[in-house]
Amino acid sequence: MSLLSVNDLWVSYGAIQALRGISLRVEPGEIVTLIGGNGAGKSTTLRTISGLLQPRSGEIQFQGQAIQGRAPHHIVTSGLIQVPEGRGIFANLTVDENLQLGAFTRSDRVAIRKDRERALELFPRVRERLKQLAGTLSGGEQQMLAIARALLARPKLLMLDEPSLGLAPQIVQTIFQVIREINREGTTILLVEQNASMALQVAHRAYVIEVGEMIMDGPAAELAASDEVRKAYLGAH
Amino acid sequence: MADFAQTLMTALAIGSLYALIALGYTMVYGILKFINFAHSDIVVLGAWVSYTLANKILPMLGLNPHNPETAPPLWVGALILLSAMVACGLLGFAIERLAYKPLRRAPRLNVLITAIGVSLLLQNIGQLNYVFGASPQKMPALMPNIDLLRLSLPSGDGYRDVVIGLVDVMIFATSAVLMLVLEYLVFRTKLGTAMRAVSFSTDNASLMGIPVDRVVSFTFVLGSSLAAAAGFLYVMKYPGLNQPAHSIWVLLGLKAFVAAVIGGIGNVRGAVLGGFVIAFVEQFGAFYISSNYRDVYVFALLIIILLVRPTGLLGSPVREKV
Repeated sequence: MSLLSVNDLWVSYGAIQALRGISLRVEPGEIVTLIGGNGAGKSTTLRTISGLLQPRSGEIQFQGQAIQGRAPHHIVTSGLIQVPEGRGIFANLTVDENLQLGAFTRSDRVAIRKDRERALELFPRVRERLKQLAGTLSGGEQQMLAIARALLARPKLLMLDEPSLGLAPQIVQTIFQVIREINREGTTILLVEQNASMALQVAHRAYVIEVGEMIMDGPAAELAASDEVRKAYLGAH
Repeated sequence: MADFAQTLMTALAIGSLYALIALGYTMVYGILKFINFAHSDIVVLGAWVSYTLANKILPMLGLNPHNPETAPPLWVGALILLSAMVACGLLGFAIERLAYKPLRRAPRLNVLITAIGVSLLLQNIGQLNYVFGASPQKMPALMPNIDLLRLSLPSGDGYRDVVIGLVDVMIFATSAVLMLVLEYLVFRTKLGTAMRAVSFSTDNASLMGIPVDRVVSFTFVLGSSLAAAAGFLYVMKYPGLNQPAHSIWVLLGLKAFVAAVIGGIGNVRGAVLGGFVIAFVEQFGAFYISSNYRDVYVFALLIIILLVRPTGLLGSPVREKV
């Protein structure tokens, strides 16, 4: 059984059709990436899966349960965690308080402390800034905080929306390394990226979305080698 | 010296009332980004509920509500205060559910207009004969009018007595306790952290698993019960209870709103600061310049703050987008 399966999803903003019947699935243990240009519908897909947007039609199943139409905070409880585009840091709270909110739905203190230690091990720079207001962090540090915070929710599926956006290449490397490591420790990942070359390097499988429709999918290495993807997304001529 | 001390006492008492009301404006604005114009009417209802309860409870204890010499024991006042807070808290909850929640995704102007509608509705329901009626009443005294301290201080050529009355001290103390409880709730508890997260971004808060609707409801309950407390304390100080639609209430609410803006709307500590700032400006201006212009000082200060520091004293500049 797929961990996540999306079937024929239609989403619109008023009169604008953002998604036109897209389907995708994520198997346990995978890193799946969804690549595509600006405005292709990548974020809309994630926001609909998280319950922030309501689909016009279609089905979203997580662990075999239909979740479309459920409130976002219910979906979070089931272990489907999203790191939103722009990182979604609460700039008016301290780094520490941001981390606490990651574990908002949990009450198992001992396990939370353990997960917190592990997240701070992955991102030592976040530990150095615990008492600071999150708004004072650099972009890279905010992204690290956002991922660390998401880990505190014990995700079964972690959805990352453009983690490389606006970051220096070196920091992008660090972040992608951690993504690999999180996955190796057993967390399934759905990665939305405009930076297709990085995404295709870490992912097992990939989907390509263009103006609201899935146009290709397959093993990441295969897509990275295909002429179409190379021309459109990898800057090859 | 004597005049200064006396004015200071009044300003502290009035300032804590403004602060209590301003907190409700600022918390709702912080979370839903609209001005809840019906908030001042909750203050009015708090006052009138207190009056109604006092008139029911005092006779039960064999006291005459119309005789100011027979103040009941302090627990009666505390009971009435708590009941008014609970009643108005529930009312705030109901108003949010019925009037504002259906508009969660509507343009902000629609919500603003609805708030004005709710305000008019509350005022006019309050004036119905079988609710509170449309005539002014006299609030029974719930605390003995004791002078806690009487000081002789120099004033002009001679000396004048400065009186610190129990009522003023109780107003200040009760408000201080409520504001400390709120401070603890907002800055030291999980629910408070969730409230601050929702005020920054509802969508991102819901991605943390925070039940946003419940947080919004809680905010209304909190703000409305503080407003009720302010209404109760207000009629303790000024027992001449005006009818629910009287313009004096509108002015009270308006000044508290100004306090919230001056402190930095959306900022809880700013609302408290703003409440005291405008009370000081109003009271000292009234005493040392002219009491005819007491409202003018407040609104002039608002204009100055909006020119010099549009985000308010403690407000942060508009949030940067990453």
